[in-house]
Amino acid sequence: MNNLPWVILFTPLAAAVVVHLFTNSSRQLSAMVSVAACAIAFICSLMVFATEAATAPLLPWIQIGGFSITFGATIDDFSRTMLLVVTGIGLLIHIYSLGYMKEDAGKSRYFASLSLFMFSMLGIVLADNFIMMFVFWELVGISSYLLIGHWFERPAAADAAKKAFLVNRIGDFGFMLGILMVWLAAGTFVFAEIPEALAAADVTPLYLATATLLVFCGALGKSAQFPLHVWLPDAMEGPTPVSALIHAATMVAAGVYMLVRILFLIESAPTAQEVIGWIGIITAVLAALMATQQSDIKRILAYSTLSQLGYMVMAVGLTAGSAAMFHLFTHAFFKALLFLGAGSIIHGLHHEQNIWNMGGLKNKLPITFITFTVGTLALTGFPYLFSGFYSKDAILAVAYEHNGAMFGLAVFTAFLTSFYMFRLFLVVFLGKPRTDSARHGHESPGVMTFPLIVLAVLSIIAGFPFFIHRFFDVTHAAIPAIVPVLAIGGFLLGAVVAFLLYRNREKDPVFIPLLANRFYIDEIYAAVLLRLQALLSGLLAWFDRWILDGLFVRGGASLTWGTGYVMRFLQVGNLQAYAFLFGLGIVAVLYFTLFS
Amino acid sequence: MASLLHLLILLPLLAAVAVLLGAAPRRTALGAALATLVLSLVLAYSYDRAVGGFQFMSSLQVLPAMDLKYFLGCDGLNLMLLLLTAIVSVAAVCAVHRDVENPRMFYASLLFIAAGAFGAFASLDIFFFYIFHELALVPTFLLIGIWGGRDRHVAAWKITIYLALGSFILLLGLLGLYWNLPVAERTFDMTKLLALAEAGPLFAPDAQTWVYLLLLVGFGILISLFPFHSWAPDAYAAAPVPAAMLHAGVLKKFGLYGLIRIAQPLLPQGAEYWTTLLLVLLVGNILYVGFVTLAQQSLEKTLGYSSVMHMGYIFLGIAAFNVTSVAGASMLLFAHGLSIALLFALAGEIRRRTGSLFYADLGGLAKSAPALGFLFGLASFASIGLPGFANFSAEILVFFGAFDRGQVIGGFNQFQIATTCALWGVVLSAVYMLRAFRNIFMGETTNRCSGVRDLSGNDRWSLYLLAAGLVLIGFMPNLLLDLISTGLQSF
Repeated sequence: MNNLPWVILFTPLAAAVVVHLFTNSSRQLSAMVSVAACAIAFICSLMVFATEAATAPLLPWIQIGGFSITFGATIDDFSRTMLLVVTGIGLLIHIYSLGYMKEDAGKSRYFASLSLFMFSMLGIVLADNFIMMFVFWELVGISSYLLIGHWFERPAAADAAKKAFLVNRIGDFGFMLGILMVWLAAGTFVFAEIPEALAAADVTPLYLATATLLVFCGALGKSAQFPLHVWLPDAMEGPTPVSALIHAATMVAAGVYMLVRILFLIESAPTAQEVIGWIGIITAVLAALMATQQSDIKRILAYSTLSQLGYMVMAVGLTAGSAAMFHLFTHAFFKALLFLGAGSIIHGLHHEQNIWNMGGLKNKLPITFITFTVGTLALTGFPYLFSGFYSKDAILAVAYEHNGAMFGLAVFTAFLTSFYMFRLFLVVFLGKPRTDSARHGHESPGVMTFPLIVLAVLSIIAGFPFFIHRFFDVTHAAIPAIVPVLAIGGFLLGAVVAFLLYRNREKDPVFIPLLANRFYIDEIYAAVLLRLQALLSGLLAWFDRWILDGLFVRGGASLTWGTGYVMRFLQVGNLQAYAFLFGLGIVAVLYFTLFS
Repeated sequence: MASLLHLLILLPLLAAVAVLLGAAPRRTALGAALATLVLSLVLAYSYDRAVGGFQFMSSLQVLPAMDLKYFLGCDGLNLMLLLLTAIVSVAAVCAVHRDVENPRMFYASLLFIAAGAFGAFASLDIFFFYIFHELALVPTFLLIGIWGGRDRHVAAWKITIYLALGSFILLLGLLGLYWNLPVAERTFDMTKLLALAEAGPLFAPDAQTWVYLLLLVGFGILISLFPFHSWAPDAYAAAPVPAAMLHAGVLKKFGLYGLIRIAQPLLPQGAEYWTTLLLVLLVGNILYVGFVTLAQQSLEKTLGYSSVMHMGYIFLGIAAFNVTSVAGASMLLFAHGLSIALLFALAGEIRRRTGSLFYADLGGLAKSAPALGFLFGLASFASIGLPGFANFSAEILVFFGAFDRGQVIGGFNQFQIATTCALWGVVLSAVYMLRAFRNIFMGETTNRCSGVRDLSGNDRWSLYLLAAGLVLIGFMPNLLLDLISTGLQSF
């Protein structure tokens, strides 16, 4: 028994409370409290990582009759690794934020929210049962809402925060219903106890598949999978460090992590596997296609995140939890790196985010350039040197084994990934500066470039055998040769096409409205769903006002009491008299019933 | 200890008289409210949970022939409601506008409402339980009719007629309950009735059916059960803030408490008969009213409808009537009481600063009033049932309890369908509350919202009291569940 997991969990919460209650007025102190809390969590995570067997005492939460909910910590290889990823990247991003948010008026609020996020995310990592997972699941939703809407005066940020929360809420509707169904069948919501309980229970395959898919709805929202993916690109309205931590490296991966935790459910429901796998790969392809035609640097990366999450979800659908987790692990590093690099550029160019207003930044921001290159190569899967290559191959190999069509689409996505990333890379860093802000760009301070360097190193070494062995027993060599060959082919083809199309361009030579407008999905939602909701609620409100209240209540009252009688009181405004009569009436009724 | 219960009712009454006779209104009222808070905390602390059941009992015979007596006492369930009444009373007194017209009458009315609520919740005699509630309703009507805002006459007229009708039907139901008992066993004593009902059905199923229906409709009207809800949004929109806080936060819980304590346990066969009807109606509360709430263009109406909508979850817990769901429903009484009172108080603060509660007039208020924005955000999160707040802990118990009722694996039974609808309601309430927050506090600052004063320390502490209650129970629901469970021993 050991309390370390709870120390890791509650230290950031304590920091959030302290910042909110006591240090709100001192921005510097708030930042320090928050960073220190994250550092403590990181050190404790290292200690948990080093010790093999660690269980934490159970924390009782709700107890009524025979129904009880306790919080417990799951400590296994996956959660140990996730603890390190979350606190490690979290710490780097806290440090980076010291530079990025230096002048921000709401810095205290920012760091309080960041600490709240760390608390919530670590809760998801440690959760040993569905309810605890759901509790922290909702809490990351709150912190994500607060951080996306950090610059709340901007209408775009305010709308994006609301959208992110509501889309997730729709997913969570299914999640909660799924939890209820699983609980009803199994009689428990503790992950470790469910498989046995389900095996003993008499459950139809249809029931199980339905429950699994409903639980999957939660991941659909949190990991922004089609058709609930629409919130993530908009979430880029938040500060860039937030995009890196929450909307790239950790929170959006929580959906995948949760699915891996409940892999036993997915394994028992073949229909669900099929659906999950296809949703994953469809998201991967669609998002990659959308990424090819965006011009906002953060949005390109956001679509890329969607696409990579699609890979992971597909792997889960193919019941390859290890492959999904490994890609989650490597992706966290290089995607955080890319976002922080983008943040460094945005910072250096005074809030310029359009790649066509950049160009030639290779010399202006040398450290950002080198580290961004590493990130790009890792994401696109540059053979053998970078971590992304190994993790992507692991997923491709699974697809190759199980489903030819998915494998084909996955390779196609690899090609698209290489294409849009090199497009971004060429337009931003090479060629000549296209605007004044690009000509006067400057490198970011050390507090921001230091995390870039660390993450760049991690993006390389995360693919080393030492790490691979934490996820798999076998090595990369066990993968059939055709998989890396096709993956490398896709990588090269994408790079070459991007090079041919985008070298030394002043503006985008390609324009595909369908892709640039993200298949019009947002527009369709706005036109159909929002209008439907407005219509329905408007109709019901009208009915409530004029029919239910107007006709029945007032009409009914008039008939019963006699219009003149009621109206007289109304016009005289003699309410006191009425209240008095009302009391008198009651007394009279009582008197006659009781004593007559 | 039993005398403390009497004191709890007498204190606000005496304070009201003192205020009318010339004592400093605000200070006297606040002192009395704080004293009741201390008293109810002492009671909650000294209640022996290990023993459970009704404690602090004392009675005074009124009509021995009918076994009618002034009978006070409590178990954890009504103790929790006394606590809720005390907390909300303190906040309501604090929320009174400092230059309210005719302050003596105003504060005295508030104190009468508090006394009535304490009396109704502390009474173990059905007759006095009913009469105390009536006592509290009359000053509520007066507050709305005299001190209300726009449309106060129509609203006051509507709530008066509607609730009078509800009370009347309820009275018929309660009398029906009394007359249907065998002559030798006729009593208004809740403890005796509960013991009788545990031993066997009180009377024939046919009679149970119609008596239960009267009770359901009577209580239902008082609670704004769909489709008898349309008095509530108008009344709350027109009511002065402290009246809305006390009615929506405390007084409305009278009907729910009545269902939990009287209707369901005493008439199980009647309840069984009308289960489907109640489920349909509560889904109406959640989905129909939820959608109507989405269409509202002002905060006052949004809050009014949302308080109607949230009754649906409590009804769900009551309808399922197992220990988990009733514990959830009871805790939700408490949680909803605090959160709706907080929201009404904050709406009052917003109106006082900007002069409007229409979304179109507002925007960016968090810039000049960050503390107000923080509290409103907190209250919104609580009201949409996010973890960390009492509402979530309560709702989750309701959902699990209701979903478990009449377990079938395969097809969904009526309870599971209702639970599913209720889960969708959670999405709806997120939509309208976040829309309110977005429109009032975020975005560009409108003229009305620029340069307004933030909450001062004086306005703030009573609001923080409500918020702290929500967070405390959210993190440690067992504090309240320990208390509630003593009232659920018969399960």
